[in-house]
Amino acid sequence: MDLTFTESERAFRDELGAWLAANSPGAEPAGDEDAHFDWRRQWQRRLHEGGFAAVHWPAQYGGRGASVVESAIFFEELGRSGAPLPANVLGLLLAGPTIMLWASEEQKERYLPPILSGEEIWCQGFSEPDAGSDLASLKTTAVRDGESWRISGQKVWTSIAQHSKWCMLLARSDTEVAKHKGLTYFLLDMQQEGVTVRPLRQITGESEFNELFLDGALVLQENVLGGEGNGWKVALTTLMNERAGLAFFLQVRMRQLLDRLIEQARQRGRLDDPLLVDRLVGLHMRCEALRLTAYRGLTAIEKYGQPGPEGSLTKWMWSQANQELCQLAVQVLGPQALREGDPWAYELLRSRGNTIEGGTTEILKNIVAERVLGLPKGR
Amino acid sequence: MDFDLSEQQREIQSTARDLLAARSGSAAVRAAAEARESDAALWQEIAQLGWPGIAVEERYEGQGLGLVELCVILEQTGAALAPIPLLPSVGAALAISHAGSEEQRQRWLPALAQGSATGAVGVCNRDECLLAGSTDAEVFVVFDGDRSARLIERAGAQAQPIDSIDPLRAYVEVAGDGEPLDGDIAAAFGAVSVTVAAESVGVCQRALEMTLAYVKERRQFEVPVGAFQAVSHRCAEMLLHTEQARSVVYHAAWASDAEPALLSAAASLSKALACEAAVSVTASAIQGHGGIGFTWEADVHWLYKRAQLNSQLMGAAGKHRHRLAQALGIAAAA
Repeated sequence: MDLTFTESERAFRDELGAWLAANSPGAEPAGDEDAHFDWRRQWQRRLHEGGFAAVHWPAQYGGRGASVVESAIFFEELGRSGAPLPANVLGLLLAGPTIMLWASEEQKERYLPPILSGEEIWCQGFSEPDAGSDLASLKTTAVRDGESWRISGQKVWTSIAQHSKWCMLLARSDTEVAKHKGLTYFLLDMQQEGVTVRPLRQITGESEFNELFLDGALVLQENVLGGEGNGWKVALTTLMNERAGLAFFLQVRMRQLLDRLIEQARQRGRLDDPLLVDRLVGLHMRCEALRLTAYRGLTAIEKYGQPGPEGSLTKWMWSQANQELCQLAVQVLGPQALREGDPWAYELLRSRGNTIEGGTTEILKNIVAERVLGLPKGR
Repeated sequence: MDFDLSEQQREIQSTARDLLAARSGSAAVRAAAEARESDAALWQEIAQLGWPGIAVEERYEGQGLGLVELCVILEQTGAALAPIPLLPSVGAALAISHAGSEEQRQRWLPALAQGSATGAVGVCNRDECLLAGSTDAEVFVVFDGDRSARLIERAGAQAQPIDSIDPLRAYVEVAGDGEPLDGDIAAAFGAVSVTVAAESVGVCQRALEMTLAYVKERRQFEVPVGAFQAVSHRCAEMLLHTEQARSVVYHAAWASDAEPALLSAAASLSKALACEAAVSVTASAIQGHGGIGFTWEADVHWLYKRAQLNSQLMGAAGKHRHRLAQALGIAAAA
């Protein structure tokens, strides 16, 4: 057991820190969501030029072949610097690694470079109105049409679909077999007739997510990933990648929110309230427990190739702690924090999504119960 | 960064687990609890293996390993609820190592390391008094808080046994002037706090394992009750508490060995979090066992009782949370 960072990990942090200090994304544009996305796309270009767009990708595909610890350091430092996630975060974290594992060399050459540069944005078309937690029951159909496929159905919660060139799409290519076996994973061109994107307004008023309507959308046979009927297996690769790096970005952001709340409580003279102080300490404890548990998860991945029992817990820990933090902030800061446009009002509302997005807490508990604790399948 | 046990630490872990499975099983523990006696033969055996001196320097006849190795063992003795005075002895030895004079170390550490003497350790001030250890201890280490501590030899100690709800460990309150410990009291207080937290992680782990075994076996409505989400989600929460506690405890133990500047805050974090976790997890274990869990016959109550005593030993969570507030610079003015 040695919780110090190695010399090369420290050197990586220093190099990155120096780069981030010299390369700022500039002021965050207020209001307009398209302008905001363009800001993040510019930021990704800067990261790409600096060689920091996808540190976790192997060098042969334009990454740095960073270790899992270095990748965590990247997201920690990015979060700490106040910079946003790069625009093509789904391409970098999900599509890229999935393509590396399942695609032909030709496909890798075609798809990976524009993911890295941010030239082609990717979205993820998995969830449907009637297939959320029970993803494998999805109904979007893929029908053969000569040498191609025609896709019809509806997807939902499709982040950044309005900006996307490509979609990682999971559809049912065989309705005759068991539900997990009839799925195929497609790379869908979003810029065609038969693809309609409709923004989904969320409780914050903004639209991070969309509904995606597919009406005979065309996919060439060569854009089937992992073979016909193998979609569930390929999709699991994508889902496995979902939680790895982001955890460290989110963990640092939560720490910053807590520090901001402590500072604001101090300015308002509220720190003479021992009950409030104790609640702040409680949140500090949860931030620390999360940070340390996430580090343990890295060691498990590094040494054994997969996360240990603690790996299933960090998203659950983060989402609940972040919600409590936002609720406490509103209690401390009073009605001011509930005005439209107040940063805490936004954080409060946005945090309600934390225990739903990327797997609801209930589903995470099921996964822990069944896969980690070996309990019988739930009902 | 390597947040995992080393090969050697894993060996220590499996040796301890195997020995305690053979020598401190359910029947032996129950017999010790009913008799309110420690297991002298087991104490002899683990003393020969060098457990009491594992974190004592070699020049004082210990094994010269660190707090991480000690925590590995305490996690196992906590899980087994082994009726031996290991925690009070290693706690006293850690306190003397960190805060004792050279003369005090030479006088006490070899005997404590070899297990020929036992110790007692805890906090005693005008508000409360609780030491782990028996009236037979040769040396009592008494913290007033986290700023001062004294050492009292048996001859000079007025020690009264405490008849606590945890029959698997002797507790004592003690009076007497003794002699001051003048060294690094904060480090001593931190290190001893971490040992209590480490034992509590073992308590969590055992409570979780017993509950899992029970809910997989017990059937109602023609299925194992562990198939019901109301039950399985409770078990998932028990795992969450257990693993969080384990993370902060090993971080604190590592800090004590490698980054002493981090120890004070890390120790209070681990003490508050792991002891609160153990109370919650063992309460869940009773609930998870249903009616059986409320009976004397089921073993879960021993774990719940230990969790309650550990929660108070070396200061309750509120005290440690206050220390964290101080470390964060947000402590409310008294």
